[in-house]
Amino acid sequence: MSTAITRDYTPGFYEGDRPKVVTSRFEYEDSHTLERYHATNGYEGLRKCLAMTPAQMHDEVRASTVLGRGGAGFPAGVKWGFTPKDVWPRYLVVNGDESEPGTYKDRLLMERDPHQLIEGCLIACYAVGLSHCFLYVRGEMPLAHERLATALNDAYDAGYIGKNVLGTDFSVDITLHWGAGAYVVGEETALIESLEGERGMPRLKPPFFPAAIGLYGKPTIVNNVETLANLPFIANEGSAAYTAIGTETSPGTRMIAISGHVKRPGVYEIINGSTTFRDIIYGDEFCQGIRDDNELKAFVPGGGSAPWFLPDQLDIPFEGREAGSAGSMLGSGAVMVMDSTTDIPKAALTLTRFYAHESCGKCVPCREGGTWLYRILERICDGHGTTDDLDQILEVGQSICPGEMPHAASERLGLEATPFPYKMTTICFVGPSAYAPLHSALTLFPEEFEAKVAPSPKRTKIPVTAAS
Amino acid sequence: MSRLSDSNVQLAHEIIARYPKPKSALIPLLHLSQEQNGYVTQDAMRHIAELVGVTPAEVIGTATFYEMFKFEPVGTYLINICGTMSCALLGAEELMHHAEQKLGIRAGSTTDDGMFTLEHAECQAACTEAPCLQVNYRHQYRVSTQDLDAMIDDLRSGALRDEIPAHGTLTRIRQRTHPNEVGAVPVDEVTEAPVWISKHEATEAPA
Ligand SMILES: Cc1cc2nc3c(=O)[nH]c(=O)nc-3n(C[C@H](O)[C@H](O)[C@H](O)COP(=O)(O)O)c2cc1C
Ligand code: SF4
Ligand code: FES
Repeated sequence: MSTAITRDYTPGFYEGDRPKVVTSRFEYEDSHTLERYHATNGYEGLRKCLAMTPAQMHDEVRASTVLGRGGAGFPAGVKWGFTPKDVWPRYLVVNGDESEPGTYKDRLLMERDPHQLIEGCLIACYAVGLSHCFLYVRGEMPLAHERLATALNDAYDAGYIGKNVLGTDFSVDITLHWGAGAYVVGEETALIESLEGERGMPRLKPPFFPAAIGLYGKPTIVNNVETLANLPFIANEGSAAYTAIGTETSPGTRMIAISGHVKRPGVYEIINGSTTFRDIIYGDEFCQGIRDDNELKAFVPGGGSAPWFLPDQLDIPFEGREAGSAGSMLGSGAVMVMDSTTDIPKAALTLTRFYAHESCGKCVPCREGGTWLYRILERICDGHGTTDDLDQILEVGQSICPGEMPHAASERLGLEATPFPYKMTTICFVGPSAYAPLHSALTLFPEEFEAKVAPSPKRTKIPVTAAS
Repeated sequence: MSRLSDSNVQLAHEIIARYPKPKSALIPLLHLSQEQNGYVTQDAMRHIAELVGVTPAEVIGTATFYEMFKFEPVGTYLINICGTMSCALLGAEELMHHAEQKLGIRAGSTTDDGMFTLEHAECQAACTEAPCLQVNYRHQYRVSTQDLDAMIDDLRSGALRDEIPAHGTLTRIRQRTHPNEVGAVPVDEVTEAPVWISKHEATEAPA
């Protein structure tokens, strides 16, 4: 860094010789402008979309089987179909609240190619009959706000948004909305609460998912920024061109961020489903290995909430089901890499602290349990823990996630994998996420915790002295 | 007096008009008041309650949920150092320690001259560029302790005044109200499918 602060420069992205679906304009310095967008096929997808019927466009997205990129990986075309018939109005809420630890892609997409996202929103609104779109952008992203505000102003001027888009009878508004700092607001029902001007606490679901009862009690589609950014390509090139990339269960490409102890941390658009973690961490076109050529110790495969993987799992491809049966998940596409020098309990502490801090307080196991886990772990890392504390972690964990927790297999420990997912006693995933990384760390590296704790007082002799 | 200024009231009305229900404008209006005063004042919250048509208690209820809203004055520059995993793996703790030494204050507090407030922060969606921090939410990437020293000196001397506005100003470009806007429609006033949907419904089986 130099102090000549380069606000217009959003670093971290590396191109490669791979198919590009959402990053095709990133090579241009002016990729965020309407001029560049027009010069690179911009809003052509919208024109093709408007030449189809809404149902045809929806079918095209369904056929592309594009999966949601916000974390759950649910097919967008299927979710769109859950809106109840004959209930109007319907809304689109764009989830630009990116704040899962390790995740850095939506911000890039908003800062570097805002028109692509806007075009994606317009396509979704046309196909599903959504008459008003709200772009909810995390508050701590002023550059993304400015880029999107400029792009929206330009797109309104050019007739892409507003009444009678491009002279058709499709009319829609897109409203840029500001967040104000709360991780849990990324959860779709909390996002809706927040957009209604409330405290951002998740709603209980089932029975009512946002597609049926969402914003203002009306059918609402919530989609992630990257999910929507895929739509211009699908409208332009067709679903077959999309499914030709990637695998059958994970079509297209995917944006992933790899951070931590690698030589070239960065954001990459990878071919979905077939690229392995070994490719990503060691491949020349990706991260080029571990810093200082150290040994790999462990890695988080899918954002801070995900159970950890070991070098044993390097050959697993970046594919949802495979990661699930190996004991974790791909979440928001964030890989965090730890080398042999890493203090494992301390690394887990930074995540457990995060989720404890971000609890909205609505359910007891998360509000109290997360904080307990954080306090206990902090005590252990400060050198004041006992063996009792290790048992206590598992006990508190059980109250958040009863039953078996997913974890990876380890040859070293003779452990077999327990597949994802877990059971939970909380409304949303913040509670379990405080426990999952800690559970992984404790299960896969028990010796590092044992080395930090003293024997429990119950198991040691404490002699009576004159002073006591 | 820290109610919203006349020009901000006008802006507030524009923002409120974009939503089918006025209460949705609460967070944007709280940002507006923070931009005006550097923090959110009690008077401003009362004024926002009037503008939106809710009680002041409802405004406080919402405002206090969100970390970006400050209810007492903070430094002109709010420095947030990320301490979540990716940054922690690459030296966030040393960076924070160094910042505390350099500024002579503990995280969570403000320098006597009102220039700087230092805070622990969580993941800033820049994890590949660790360790990172934000000054009034403007990102700084791969920050070394020397970078931090230079940055604080530059902030003090005013060399970065144009790049980083005082705390409260989030964005300097706003979405404009456009003459061709459809305009937000109260929720209850829409009962039928939009025309681009309904005109096909007669000819097409629903998907
Ligand atoms: C605690 C929590 C935080 C979340 N944060 C985000 C987020 O920052 N961005 C996002 O797109 N989805 C986030 N999600 C997932 C959303 O609830 C939702 O599934 C997603 O936005 C749907 O979009 P998609 O189907 O396009 O993936 C989060 C979920 C949970 C439980
Ligand atoms: S799990 Fe935590 S964050 Fe989620 S609703 Fe419950 S208390 Fe709130
Ligand atoms: S962990 Fe620091 S920016 Fe994500």
